[in-house]
Amino acid sequence: MSMTNVDSWAVDLTTIGPIYPMVGTEGLLVILGVVFWIGWHIWQFRFEKRTYDEDIKLLSEPGKLEQAMRNHKL
Amino acid sequence: MDTDIGALTVIFTEFYYWLTVALMFLIHIGFCMYEVGASRQKNMMHTLMKNTMLIPLVTVSFFFFGWWIYFAFPNGPFIYKGMGLIAAPHAVPWSELMGPHLGGPPVSDAVTADDTAFWARINGVFWAAFLLFSWTAASIVSGAVIERVRSGAFWVVAVMVGSVTWIIDAAWGWHWDGWMVKLLGYHDAYASGVIHAIAGGAALGVLVHLGPRIGKFRKDGTARDIVPHNPWLVTIGLFLIYTGFWGFYVACNVPIIGAGDIGSAGATFTATNIYLTPTTLSAITVNFLMSLAGGLMAGYTISKGDAFWTYSLGLAGIITASAGNDLYHPIQAMFVAAIGAVCVYKLHFWVERRFKIDDAVGAVAVHGYGGFIGLVLAGILLWGHPSSGFEGYAAITPWGQFIGAVIMFWVLGFLPAWILCGFFKSIGILRIPKEIELAGLDLGDYHGRYLTESEVTEAELKEAREAGLLR
Repeated sequence: MSMTNVDSWAVDLTTIGPIYPMVGTEGLLVILGVVFWIGWHIWQFRFEKRTYDEDIKLLSEPGKLEQAMRNHKL
Repeated sequence: MDTDIGALTVIFTEFYYWLTVALMFLIHIGFCMYEVGASRQKNMMHTLMKNTMLIPLVTVSFFFFGWWIYFAFPNGPFIYKGMGLIAAPHAVPWSELMGPHLGGPPVSDAVTADDTAFWARINGVFWAAFLLFSWTAASIVSGAVIERVRSGAFWVVAVMVGSVTWIIDAAWGWHWDGWMVKLLGYHDAYASGVIHAIAGGAALGVLVHLGPRIGKFRKDGTARDIVPHNPWLVTIGLFLIYTGFWGFYVACNVPIIGAGDIGSAGATFTATNIYLTPTTLSAITVNFLMSLAGGLMAGYTISKGDAFWTYSLGLAGIITASAGNDLYHPIQAMFVAAIGAVCVYKLHFWVERRFKIDDAVGAVAVHGYGGFIGLVLAGILLWGHPSSGFEGYAAITPWGQFIGAVIMFWVLGFLPAWILCGFFKSIGILRIPKEIELAGLDLGDYHGRYLTESEVTEAELKEAREAGLLR
């Protein structure tokens, strides 16, 4: 079994085309890549909102916001 | 690659663009340092991550569609004589030419043997050089909006500017076959408009909806100066941007091409700009330095020696002269840069006062107004100059350059960002909550670390006492 189109370098190099593995799966790779990229944005929006919600909860305790603004650790 | 000279030309070109990429990476390091230095301590790490993460996001989206846009959109589509998209099989993300390839016969029917022979070794480095321009465009927006934008919203804007709008403008006005070059005689050799004006316009579009930082304006409407927490970091950042600009400039050129391939006579080789009109590395090297000098001297004078603005206006000088820096006399480049620097400085503070726009690093002015003015000045100084070596192209004119500047700054820069951020604002995801802005963004991201640090410090003190080290 081989994952690549190249079986020898001892040939005329002008006869060699793509040298990456699994030639022919590029369409699937693009779909997976786009899902990864869009999925990352969706995760990040949720993560950012959750983080701010938690921080606002912390800062809503008496004195905490002023403490943070005076650069003291909470 | 079928002759020795052909192979050497291709491999030299491949290496040339690779070098430009490495140099242009410094621009991004500079932007990160500059932004972090310009932010307040409570926002440093968030500011750093906001800029850093645009790198992967613009990179992958530029792979998926940005590169294809550049080759598919020179006609608009349907702006130039009703002509539509241009086929670009080497630039679609599923093309075999987007991966490692030695240029032999294609395995896919989508590309031809001529495609593989031409693009195999050039496609990747050419893509990367354009990608580094994309990072720069997105990063320009990043600086203007620090200390109050949500990262998620900014990163979508970064993808839009870095992988969509700027590359559409490049297809239109920074491509030898672009409709703006053909119809308007648009000339923007080192990207005054196609990178800087569009990014400045986009930054303004975001800022209109984002609003100023809390405390930026007094009740009487005058602005407070929110000073950089680390001016030294800001200046080193700008020095690095200058350094990376060397890569930016040479990446705008085609390093070696046969004269016969660009509509000229004779059998010599030459370097060209992106429009395939001849220039030399010497020309742009001298003009880069003279425009930097003009910007710095005028910047120092107009800002009364303020370091932040002197450095920024040095950059503004280069940006203003860049549209015509392949053709200007060096002294012309110096004066164009000086005029640009003065206008940029005055416009920044006028817009701040008049419209209450809080541009934290002056990005709209330095890049946006500098780029716009540079295009117009190039139209005057280069009036009548051929925009292309090929037949049927309009010559450079003041009105062609002015229309081009409006397209860059307002149509492709301001408008898309203003629409997108208006939507983000309407659903409440553009700006961070007020409490977070007051406490500082690093509280949100790093308060866990602060608690741990505090606990560690207490533990260290306890151990130090027990060891008798504290007296």
